Amino acid sequence: MSSNGDDYLDGNAVAGEMTEIFVMDVTAAEGQCAHCATIKHFAEAHVYVKCPGVVARCAVCGEILLRLAYVHQQVFIDVRGLTYLSLDRSLLQEYGR
Amino acid sequence: MWRVGKVTALHDETATARTITLEVPYWPGHVGGQHVDVRLTAANGYSAVRSYSIASAPNLEGRLEITVERLATGEVSPYLTQELSIGDRLELRGPIGGWFVWRPHQSEPIQLIAGGSGIVPLMAMIRSRVSSGSTTPFRLLYSVREPAAVFYRDELQALSDHDSVVSVTYAYTRDAPKDWPRPPGRIDAALIANTTWQSNLGSTCYVCGPTSFVESVTGLLVAGGHSPNNIRTERFGPTGDRR
Repeated sequence: MSSNGDDYLDGNAVAGEMTEIFVMDVTAAEGQCAHCATIKHFAEAHVYVKCPGVVARCAVCGEILLRLAYVHQQVFIDVRGLTYLSLDRSLLQEYGR
Repeated sequence: MWRVGKVTALHDETATARTITLEVPYWPGHVGGQHVDVRLTAANGYSAVRSYSIASAPNLEGRLEITVERLATGEVSPYLTQELSIGDRLELRGPIGGWFVWRPHQSEPIQLIAGGSGIVPLMAMIRSRVSSGSTTPFRLLYSVREPAAVFYRDELQALSDHDSVVSVTYAYTRDAPKDWPRPPGRIDAALIANTTWQSNLGSTCYVCGPTSFVESVTGLLVAGGHSPNNIRTERFGPTGDRR
C-alpha cells in the first residue's frame, strides 16, 4: 500500500500538535517501520491530515506507522506500526524546554 | 505551550504575501528552518491553527518574523495578511522542529531548493549563516511563478552581490524577465546539474515547497547521484482543522 497522489504532507506538519504528547521534538526522532524495517526520521514520514486525526505512513513502504485520533477530550495513539521511536535527549536543552 | 506575541511590524513582500514581525516574551530562541503554529480564536470560541515557517535569523531579543502567503480560500491567511495590525497579539506555539534545520556548526556545502513560499525557512537558514559569521558556501535554487512573486528579492540580490559564496538561481515557472536565458518551466534535471552542488561534494540539500514540488525535486537530486540521507525536506499544503 503506497501513497496515492499528493494529498499528504510530512512529519514536520504535525510536529506542533505532537508537542501536546511528547516533550521532545519528534521530527528529528528516528523510527523503525514495523513492516519494512526502514529507519527514518519522523519528519520524513508521509502524513495525512485530511481526516479526523493524523495518519503517518512509512515513506518507503506506505504502511501505517502511527495514528492519532481525537475523541472528545481523549487522544488515542496507535504506534503498533513502529518497532521503536528514538528521541534525542540533548535536544531538550537546545530548545529550552 | 502557547505563548502570546505582539505584532511590531508588517511588511508586504509581494501583492499576496506579508512579513509579520512579532515580539514574544520569554521566547527560547530558534534555529533556521523551524516553524511556529499560530492559533486564532474567534469570539465564539472557534479556533484555527496553522503552521508558518520562521523567516528571521536566530536572535536573543525574543523577536521573530513569519512570512504568510495569502491563500484565496484560506481561513487564517487572509486575516493575517489583510486585517492584522501593529499592536495586535497572536497566540504562538514553538519553535517547532529539529530535523529540517541548519545549524551554524555545519561546515558542508549547503544546497537550498525552494518552491514558492518554501523560500521562507530557507531564508532563515541564509540569514542564520550571515548572522553567525559562517563561511559555509550556500547555493539557492528558487522556483517561483514570476519575478513579482519573489520574496526577499533585494536582500537576496545584495547577499549574492556582496558574498560570492551565496549564489542564487531563479527558475521562473510561468513568466520570466525579458531575455532570461531559460524559458519558463519547472526545475528539471539539466537545471539541477548546472546550478546545484555536484553530488560528490557531500553537500546537504534542503528542499521546501508543496508536496508535488518536493517529490519532483528529490527525485531529480537522487537521480543526479545525491544520497537520500543528505536530503532534508519539508512539505506544505492546505491542512484545515481537524479538531
